[in-house]
Amino acid sequence: MMAEATTTTAKDAPKRKGPGYRFNWVGRIGLAIILFWAVVAVVGPSLAPHPPGEIVDWDYFGPVTKDFWMGTDYLGRDIFSRILMGARYTVGIALAAVTLACTLGVILGMVAAVAGGWFDMILSRLLDAFNGIPSLLFGLVVVAAVGSSIPVLIFTLTAIYMPGSYRFARALAVNVNTMDFVTVARARGESTPYLILREIFPNILGPVLADLGLRFVFIVLVLSGLSFLGLGVQPPNADWGALVRENIEGLSLGAPAVIFPSIAIASLTISVNMFIDNLPTKIRDRSE
Amino acid sequence: MPQSLTPWFLVIQRLGIALLTLVIVSFAVFFATELLPGDVAEILLGQAATPEAVAGLREAMGLNEPALNRFIGWLVGLLGGDLGTSYVNKMEVVELISGRLGNSLKLAGVTTLISVPVALALGIGAAMWRGSLFDRIVSVLTISVISVPEFMVATLAVLIFAVWLGWLPALSYGADVSSLSAMLKAYAMPVITLAFVVSAQMIRMTRAAVIETINTPYVEMALLKGASRKRMVLGHALPNALGPIANAVALSLSYLVGGVIIVETIFNYPGVAKLMVDAVSTRDLPLIQSCAMIFCVSYLSLITLADMIAILSNPRLRR
Repeated sequence: MMAEATTTTAKDAPKRKGPGYRFNWVGRIGLAIILFWAVVAVVGPSLAPHPPGEIVDWDYFGPVTKDFWMGTDYLGRDIFSRILMGARYTVGIALAAVTLACTLGVILGMVAAVAGGWFDMILSRLLDAFNGIPSLLFGLVVVAAVGSSIPVLIFTLTAIYMPGSYRFARALAVNVNTMDFVTVARARGESTPYLILREIFPNILGPVLADLGLRFVFIVLVLSGLSFLGLGVQPPNADWGALVRENIEGLSLGAPAVIFPSIAIASLTISVNMFIDNLPTKIRDRSE
Repeated sequence: MPQSLTPWFLVIQRLGIALLTLVIVSFAVFFATELLPGDVAEILLGQAATPEAVAGLREAMGLNEPALNRFIGWLVGLLGGDLGTSYVNKMEVVELISGRLGNSLKLAGVTTLISVPVALALGIGAAMWRGSLFDRIVSVLTISVISVPEFMVATLAVLIFAVWLGWLPALSYGADVSSLSAMLKAYAMPVITLAFVVSAQMIRMTRAAVIETINTPYVEMALLKGASRKRMVLGHALPNALGPIANAVALSLSYLVGGVIIVETIFNYPGVAKLMVDAVSTRDLPLIQSCAMIFCVSYLSLITLADMIAILSNPRLRR
């Protein structure tokens, strides 16, 4: 539902003219921040000024100083280093989950759209039922049952967001499937895999990628929420949500240890939204 | 079938789908919690888990029966109000939940009362003066609230109202309800946070719904006839946007379900969500199942309600 809400407003965004794929400055800023966090997730931990797991300051909830750029946490560990390390968990888990969810969802959606019949009906009904479970609750129940580890988190998040992706891809593919060039290809006697891969997939790719971005945001939010409840990434490791949880006691002191991880999450999610909202209409609404 | 009955047929069909969904959801909840973990009897007995004791307890709890039988038994119990017994403190789950449910409903009710009027006013206003400074500020604010996790909204609210302004207590739920002001203070933080999260959704959807109607030819006609902007929106567009707006309200309220989990935890509010999060950390399965079902039922009913409003308000089905 959130996806629908966001796409509606995405349509309100002013349309840009000009050849090729050009991004306006809001989109460019968004993209720059996304790339920045992606680089940090890969090389960040080696840039960290202090070892992320080590107590380096005798003071807890320390302020911003020259040694500790973002203060220290409840044990006196360097927040800056922990955020750099946390990027790897937050971005990595979310990226793995969103890739799995969208790949599965899009493949199943396209197959359902082309195959139709009982396969389509049963799959659609079943996956719609999954949409009837609030996402955070689904995570809670699974973690309660099997315990929390990184693969469990990835698969849970995949399971939560795959139905939405399926629905989106199926709706797009059903439209494309009725177009003349698909009918022609079918009349030529092309096989179903050929139809799906060569005729339908290229024509829904743009909107699917935009949807992938939005889903990435939701996954980051749910992952942070789970970690915040203490059910996500387990100590001594910490993603950004877990960093906020660890240091929540410092909130009444206004400690930087709570504020900076929150800013990290917000900067990532808001910039993805900014980027998607300002994608050239050519990419975003290709099927329309 | 007479044309006038079509919407009602669709509504009944939607209700049927909701019921079917509920069965699938309860199936998922039951099997996720019941089948995946290690042996319940062993967990319960802990140190005292000798093979004989485990076998005895399994027999006593009926764990040796086929899973499907247990599922049906659980479902029948659920319908009859028998939610089972908590593993941790051996209390009836109904007893544990009943008091908490009232608290959660109070929180949700107060939030709804505050956020619906505010969100509708802001959403319709933003659509009316589309592209103005007001619209842009509202849009930026709502997209920021939607893009960040709920706990961050809560964190910000605490920073602003408790730390910097010092108006409200920070993270404690005052059990002190002796005076009106004390009670207001206890409720203020959770309600403010939830209201922000829910209204942000509602404002966006309301704005989109009204703008969609403004873009129709008959509203443009009203504008061309010389109606003022206010008259155009309030007199011509709004009555036709009521259905989509009601749909948006119901859909946004379903965000309460996710929001309440975070908000009750962060503010230590004694509601069902807090109970459930605590139950997760103690692996108290009957309690988790019951709480999960409460949340699923409320979420599903709000979504179904939204769909039914959308069906009934669709003029193409109304003859």
